[in-house]
Amino acid sequence: MELGPYLILASLEGAVTAAVLALTAVGLSLVFGVMRVVNIAHGEFFMLGAVIAWFIAHSLGGHPAVGFAVALVAAPLIVGAIAVAADMTILKRVDYDPERTIVATIGLLYIIQQLALMTYGPDARPVEAPFNTRIALPWFERGEGGWQMIWPWGLGTTTYKLAVIGAAVAVLLGVWLLMKRTRIGLVMRATQADRDMALAFGIPVERVYAMVFGMGAALAALAAVLIVPIQQAHYLMGADPLLLSFIVVIIGGLGSLPGTVLAAVLIGLSDGIISVFFSPTLAKILATLLVGLVLVFRPEGLAGKRGA
Amino acid sequence: MSTGAKVMALHGGVLVLLFVLQFILPAYHHGNLARIMVLASYAVGYNILFGYTGLLSLGHALFFAAGMYGMGLGIQHLDLSVAPALLAGVLAGAVVSTALALLALRTSGVAFMIVTLMFAQAGYLTVLYFGEFTRGDEGFVIQQAQRVLWGIDLSDPTNRYFAALILFALSLLASLWLVRRPFGKTLVAIRENEERVRMLGYDTYKHKLMAMVISGTISAAAGAAYGLLFGYAGASFASVQYSIFPLLWVLLGGAGTVLGPFVGTLFMFYLIDLSSGITTAYMLIAGVVLVLLTLFAPQGLIGELRNRLWRWLP
Repeated sequence: MELGPYLILASLEGAVTAAVLALTAVGLSLVFGVMRVVNIAHGEFFMLGAVIAWFIAHSLGGHPAVGFAVALVAAPLIVGAIAVAADMTILKRVDYDPERTIVATIGLLYIIQQLALMTYGPDARPVEAPFNTRIALPWFERGEGGWQMIWPWGLGTTTYKLAVIGAAVAVLLGVWLLMKRTRIGLVMRATQADRDMALAFGIPVERVYAMVFGMGAALAALAAVLIVPIQQAHYLMGADPLLLSFIVVIIGGLGSLPGTVLAAVLIGLSDGIISVFFSPTLAKILATLLVGLVLVFRPEGLAGKRGA
Repeated sequence: MSTGAKVMALHGGVLVLLFVLQFILPAYHHGNLARIMVLASYAVGYNILFGYTGLLSLGHALFFAAGMYGMGLGIQHLDLSVAPALLAGVLAGAVVSTALALLALRTSGVAFMIVTLMFAQAGYLTVLYFGEFTRGDEGFVIQQAQRVLWGIDLSDPTNRYFAALILFALSLLASLWLVRRPFGKTLVAIRENEERVRMLGYDTYKHKLMAMVISGTISAAAGAAYGLLFGYAGASFASVQYSIFPLLWVLLGGAGTVLGPFVGTLFMFYLIDLSSGITTAYMLIAGVVLVLLTLFAPQGLIGELRNRLWRWLP
């Protein structure tokens, strides 16, 4: 295969990664933006989403679409509820102190991971996609007699992957509308801007925090349900999304939703494309160094405001 | 007793107790304690930056690994003997921590955490990338014959215990000396209110830089000693987990206390050790204890002790 089709394939795979990453990272960014705490257990909420999706799909049986549809609704709700409970029993009681929250969420990470291992087991298991038709993509090549259309082997995608991208875009738009156009969003933004002032104006800050924490976890779980037909559910699958979401949130500017989405697309796409040219380890070294240097020399991120 | 005498008596007493335990402990706990003392030295180094200066680094594994690989690669590929290899490890740590400090101290708060995390991750991946020399995840064993310092075989349990005790005593006393001097007091002042310290005319950047280099160098010494005493260097020591461990130990024991890092390391080590005997789900127990401690003893064990009983603890 020539370079061109390679790049298209890499960008398509990259777009799926970017879509899922954007959802996960927006969850983390919401929590960081509104509550000013770093949730180390975010990756475990992602993993819980995938594992719960498997449990639901497995116990319902029938057509794969039924189980998947139920999981798509139920898994984020369940994970969100768990997160709200964790917020009310733990985070609220450490007063959302940034450092203590980090330690508490590291503890939470161990607890969730171990419970998943004890109930779900160490195996990786797939959830069947509701629909999965292959689409081959054409490529244009200059042959004798001008341009002609060819169908290179291996160049293609599936309807499901396209649906993942579409669903992610829809959900992200929904989150954006929620933040900008609704009363709940207004209350959340007020809390983000000035917690004490919001409290003085009668906003139930603690309820807002619980809701934001639940929403952040639910977004991670939703991302996981979307990806689980492509990757498999495994109890250690939370580590990579956590690190990548961190990178995305930082590059995008802490607490900035459009910046986060932009960075997710950038990282998702470049991850696919860079690894075509370099060894994956070298690509990761370059990516992490880049993130570090961006933070040192442009700490507000790509889309953040100076002094924020 | 004056405060100074009390402090000396307590810390000296701990060191004497550790010395005496050498002759009493059964072999298993004897080995554990040697390991704990080396890891506690790492935590002592971490505490200088985190506990006293208030800079939360998530990348100390980079310094630990710099020491370990500076020493290990020196022995393995340059045929250094033990003393120069140890020196190479400590120097590697000093150089790496200076370089990272120059970059990372341009940021603060969460950005500082992530910058240190990213560079440490890059360091970990670099160890994997040069797998030809470092043998990556698998690591390499440092043979017994290569672990003899001035005729003393460091793989022997008794010698190993004393070597660990010397390292721990040095780092503990260095940390104690440091925090009782004006330099240490300035670090604490920076932790409490950096703006005000700068307004008083102190060069806070220089202080933070020095704190980070001292912290990184002690961590590297612990890393070099760990590789040497236990005869193994592997990439897992450079991973994120080994950056989070000293944070946990220090928080458990009490950030900003001299004895805290040791108490935290001891507590965590035996917590995991004992609970893995009862159930395979020891991580669950570790997680629950972490959550409970943040809820009920946020200052750490020694920190709570200082708040409730001994207000003079450094």
